[in-house]
Amino acid sequence: MTMKRLLILTWQTLTKPSGYYSLGFLVMGGFIAGIIFWGGFNTALEVTNTEEFCISCHEMENNVYQELKTTIHFTNRSGVRATCPDCHVPHKWTDKIARKMQASKEVWAMLFGTIDTREKFLAHRRQLAQNEWTRLKANDSLECRNCHNFDYMDFTEQSERAANQHSGALASGEKTCIDCHKGIAHQLPDMKGVEGW
Amino acid sequence: MRNLLNLKTMVVSTIAMTSLMFSLTATSVENEVATLRDQTKIIEQQKPNLIPKVVNKDIKQGRNYPMQPPIIPHTIRSYEVNKYNNKCMSCHSRQLTEESQAPMVSVTHYMNRDGNFLAEISPRRYFCNQCHVTQLDTKELVENTFIDMHTMMKQKPSKASQH
Repeated sequence: MTMKRLLILTWQTLTKPSGYYSLGFLVMGGFIAGIIFWGGFNTALEVTNTEEFCISCHEMENNVYQELKTTIHFTNRSGVRATCPDCHVPHKWTDKIARKMQASKEVWAMLFGTIDTREKFLAHRRQLAQNEWTRLKANDSLECRNCHNFDYMDFTEQSERAANQHSGALASGEKTCIDCHKGIAHQLPDMKGVEGW
Repeated sequence: MRNLLNLKTMVVSTIAMTSLMFSLTATSVENEVATLRDQTKIIEQQKPNLIPKVVNKDIKQGRNYPMQPPIIPHTIRSYEVNKYNNKCMSCHSRQLTEESQAPMVSVTHYMNRDGNFLAEISPRRYFCNQCHVTQLDTKELVENTFIDMHTMMKQKPSKASQH
């Protein structure tokens, strides 16, 4: 009963005009509070968008991170490297929020230990990989293209085979990066039935 | 007095022995292990050699003898060949050579040990890198005195004619 009364009181307070505070104070106060809340939200979001955050879970650190370490996306001649969110989180804000909402399921899986051993992880690997392939196929390998811009690719610097593929199937839009470049940053699942394998 | 002398000799000999042992082990460790490490002392870290580049020209190279497994004329970095996948076969398998224009693996690779042909590559030929390797663009570590049999056959009559 008291709960209901409290709710009614809150509603009445919110719907009535303020009797004490000036309009200027409320507007300015709301504006400043908005900045603080928005800044806080964005900071928290960006914290979850770092490699340190990703590998703070052992599922990530012991499986995918260890595999990434041996690849060219981790260490190479020029020292430019990709961290987890560079490839796995869209850079555009709306897409990023959509992906973060999807990731809430991953928090659930983490809490209930869906892939908390190497064996469980390997058993789920095909499905996990498939999710990423589907996403990259749907957005035309957007996360690859954030760094690897087709317009600035120098085919003369590539091997003949690579140049043929890139100036042919990729240029015509018939294929996208992920169609050929699967398993470049992590080990592959069992590829039985995947096109081109 | 005699006891004291004994003690003195004992102390001296012990010191001498330990120092001798130390010097012996030190020299032996330095000499033997250092040679394995290219004359680098055990406490020092040798500067690693440069890693040569893999030949990536995609041009077939000759074979030195008929049974030589052909060498791989391209890079194979992070190509997985394990119990789940065989990346090589995604170009070199029978079904995919038309699309890839890569040479098909020899038909012997589809045969089991009884000589029957299988649909897929035979498990005993599955691990490509057991026989096929890439080449590095570098100097030979040791001198290669191998002579191709054709070269040898050409040399023979010329030698015979000299006698």
